[in-house]
Amino acid sequence: MTTGTTIGTSVIRREDARLITGNATYVDDIKLLGMAHMAIVRSPHAHANILNVDVTRAANAPGVAAVFTGADIQEQLGSLPAGWVLPDMKMPNHPPIAFERVRYVGDAVAVVVAETPQAAADAVGLVDVDYEDLPAVVNAEEATQEGAPQLHDDAPGNVDFEWEVGGGDYEAASADAEVVVRQRLINQRLIPNPIEERGVVADYNRGTNQITLWTSTQIPHLVRLLFSAVTGHPEHQVRVVAPEVGGGFGCKLYIYAEEVICGVVAKILARPIKWISGRQEGYLATTHGRDHIADVEMCGNRDGTITGIKTTVYANLGAYLSTFAPGIPTVLFGFTLGGPYRMPNVSCKVYGVFTNTTPVDAYRGAGRPECTYVIERLVDMFSQEVGRDPVAVRRKNFIPRFSNGHEVSTGVTYDSGNYGPALDRALEILDYRGFREEQRAARREGRLLGVGLSSYVEICGIAPSAVAASLGAGAGLWESSTVRVHPTGKVAVYTGTSPHGQGHQTSFTQIASSELGVPLEDVEVFHGDTDKQQMGTGTFGSRSVAVGGTALYMSLQKVVEKAKRIAAHQMDVPHRQVTFENGVFYVEDIQERQMSWGDVVGEAYAAKNLPPQMEPGLEAVTFFDPENFTWPFGTHIAVVEVDPDTGETKVLRYIAVDDVGNVINPMIVDGMVHGGVAQGIGQALQEQAVYSENGQLLSGSMMDYAVPTAEDIPSYETDRTVTPTRVNPLGVKGAGETGTIACSPAVVNAAVDALSHLGVKHLDMPLTSEKMWRSVRDAKAALRAVRRERAIAGRASN
Amino acid sequence: MGHEITVTVNGKIYAGSVEPRLLLSQYLRDELNLTGTHVGCDTTSCGACSVLLNGRAVKSCNVLAVMADGSEVTTVEGLASGGEYHPIQRAFRDEHGLQCGFCTPGMMITAVDILSNNPQPTESEIRTGLRGNLCRCTGYHNIVKAVQSAAAELAS
Ligand code: FES
Ligand code: FES
Repeated sequence: MTTGTTIGTSVIRREDARLITGNATYVDDIKLLGMAHMAIVRSPHAHANILNVDVTRAANAPGVAAVFTGADIQEQLGSLPAGWVLPDMKMPNHPPIAFERVRYVGDAVAVVVAETPQAAADAVGLVDVDYEDLPAVVNAEEATQEGAPQLHDDAPGNVDFEWEVGGGDYEAASADAEVVVRQRLINQRLIPNPIEERGVVADYNRGTNQITLWTSTQIPHLVRLLFSAVTGHPEHQVRVVAPEVGGGFGCKLYIYAEEVICGVVAKILARPIKWISGRQEGYLATTHGRDHIADVEMCGNRDGTITGIKTTVYANLGAYLSTFAPGIPTVLFGFTLGGPYRMPNVSCKVYGVFTNTTPVDAYRGAGRPECTYVIERLVDMFSQEVGRDPVAVRRKNFIPRFSNGHEVSTGVTYDSGNYGPALDRALEILDYRGFREEQRAARREGRLLGVGLSSYVEICGIAPSAVAASLGAGAGLWESSTVRVHPTGKVAVYTGTSPHGQGHQTSFTQIASSELGVPLEDVEVFHGDTDKQQMGTGTFGSRSVAVGGTALYMSLQKVVEKAKRIAAHQMDVPHRQVTFENGVFYVEDIQERQMSWGDVVGEAYAAKNLPPQMEPGLEAVTFFDPENFTWPFGTHIAVVEVDPDTGETKVLRYIAVDDVGNVINPMIVDGMVHGGVAQGIGQALQEQAVYSENGQLLSGSMMDYAVPTAEDIPSYETDRTVTPTRVNPLGVKGAGETGTIACSPAVVNAAVDALSHLGVKHLDMPLTSEKMWRSVRDAKAALRAVRRERAIAGRASN
Repeated sequence: MGHEITVTVNGKIYAGSVEPRLLLSQYLRDELNLTGTHVGCDTTSCGACSVLLNGRAVKSCNVLAVMADGSEVTTVEGLASGGEYHPIQRAFRDEHGLQCGFCTPGMMITAVDILSNNPQPTESEIRTGLRGNLCRCTGYHNIVKAVQSAAAELAS
């Protein structure tokens, strides 16, 4: 039995028992009586007109129950909406099953329903589709040029939106500046790769008209809302369950075609339908992330003062708008372009562009890794240009410590920040001076060692509904909780957040047990079922504890407040005199007047002696909507070594010092950082979604797309500073994305540092062995050529 | 056409007829309802489906059920015994070696194999041993620690 507060301690996770024994239920583990299996016929062309779909052979194949084309059920399926709408943005149709034109390899053209998954898969090959191939475009910048193939009639030039944010006057600042550095940066396209791909089971009850969807999602409540909006099925007759979910990283944060199709087909056929994505299918049909082409510059003075930053970005949206896609390269990218620095002048322009590729949306960090990459690459280039140490330049430009809001030039207000100590701590863990000596010695031996820093600020705790709505959010982003105390004193906690590895069952139990003074064992957390927790938003944008945890905290306060009134009534004292601590209600100075938690809960339900007008029962509901985002920060440092003979680049050390405000469970927060950093190293060194010019995904399987293995990455050294936020009463900021946001620029900066004495100034991700080997070879050849010319010039002048 | 096979899974004997193309992973999940073995890919890349086949870790998506005829299979459901967790299960929990848990059954099975061949592996031997198992959540840091701590416990 554990009582007293456990906030801030590494409680072992409560979800683990089922996960380590094989007893968890993921979507693919669900079997319903009479369930049929669905497989999807997908376009092999990146861009084509559909001339004819002949399903005769498939429909007659053994075990096939039904085949539907897009034309058959377009009315029922509707069009998938974008949930984030920017000013003057175009909203092209997005039919869940294409019926006139396909726009990327993987676009659905028909579905087959059969008695077994094997029969469904076999029949997919028997659907005959006549296509008329059209020219395709995969590069966002090229897609905007004259003569490029056009995807949607209502988005001329393939531009879905042009979006700007800024502050100060960058052009004037750069004209006045002593130094301006410029670079084109490619933030390559990534495939999120949760190890569980997506899947859906749908069931329809003819008697009640209820549709139930079990889906591997981060947002069951938004899926319910959007499913209803798309299909017209009444929202209160839709139940969405996110069962055990095997990772998400942003790619399970949308309404997907398959969710709509499964629900509609289950209703038409009046039998349960299961669809489980294969991995290669998922690479085509599950959203990708990043994919920016950015022209960036930074200006400032020779003393190391930075005065401005400018970016022009072509953000690839893929073939259609995914649910949050417009918000990612804009709101989550542009507002923090000043980073942790005094950045009086900011200019940011973003073109959101359609191409014949899989739709692009959030991937862990979502806009903020791209933003941090721009800033932190530029800070290093700027430092090199002015001949100053990158550490000194960062320190010189940091916003000084603040605890109650600091408005930056883009118009947003950071909540609290103290950037120096995180940097200092990271340098101390590394022994920065010692490393520089080691680096010099290594260079003398021909070894290529480098160190790279990344100091960041992120916009997290995605919520404030009014602010988000003014920036384009199509739904309120509050979070909701219910606390229900059972007559026996056991506590059921319901949250609208929907974890898929983040351990909310544990951290939320810690919050409830600490506030109510009941043992951890007496609390159970329920999530991911819209029939249990009826309202909610979900898990993304490092919002769960900052918004959902706070909603829980507030419901707990309401429960405690009511319990205190009951206790006061029972003990016959004014309720203000009652103190509640460690599960006991007592009156200061009157020893004998005290009641246990169980006694008071019992009274709440016995209802024989409650205060006048008070309703029986003990439960509370809260909708929490904070007034601001939260703004975690920190400094990460990578040490890399590049093998000059093979180009292989290894991260030797990785140091992460993050400040995520107060921490509920340090073990879980460290785990979040570890996972994010691995994804950041993956982006920096090896991951890349590659399309051929005609739109075929060349990195189309796990054999071709390099998800990091245990061998590819080091162990990490993590630490924290603690600067609580005042945005929520828990003082927490959110820790889900720091790793990916900070990591990639640290690794790239380190690799450039390793080659800087050879004259290398920039390298685009991923830093594959081949790329690094060529860079070393070319840089050395260039150096030799310079030396030769100098020698010739020297001889000539003698 | 069905093929008759007999397989011992987690100590229990199963006999039945299977399609020749049925994978061992499908047999375990769909026929025996042992859904703790997960499927994360279709190219034998992720290792989520790892099981012990006659004591050695294999990717069950790369073995036909008919090939397992006459064999002994251990899945994640068979790791604990007598109501006690296997040391590797305890270590994964105590070291926070899992987040979403999808890779975890395969990781633990592979870890058991690593430790049975090399009871005191170095960090780099552990990392090499795990390279056929992908985890997208943990960044491997705590998985490596879990294998180390299980090794220490098994040695003591
Ligand atoms: S499912 Fe077997 S290796 Fe991925
Ligand atoms: S814990 Fe999620 S993939 Fe390993």
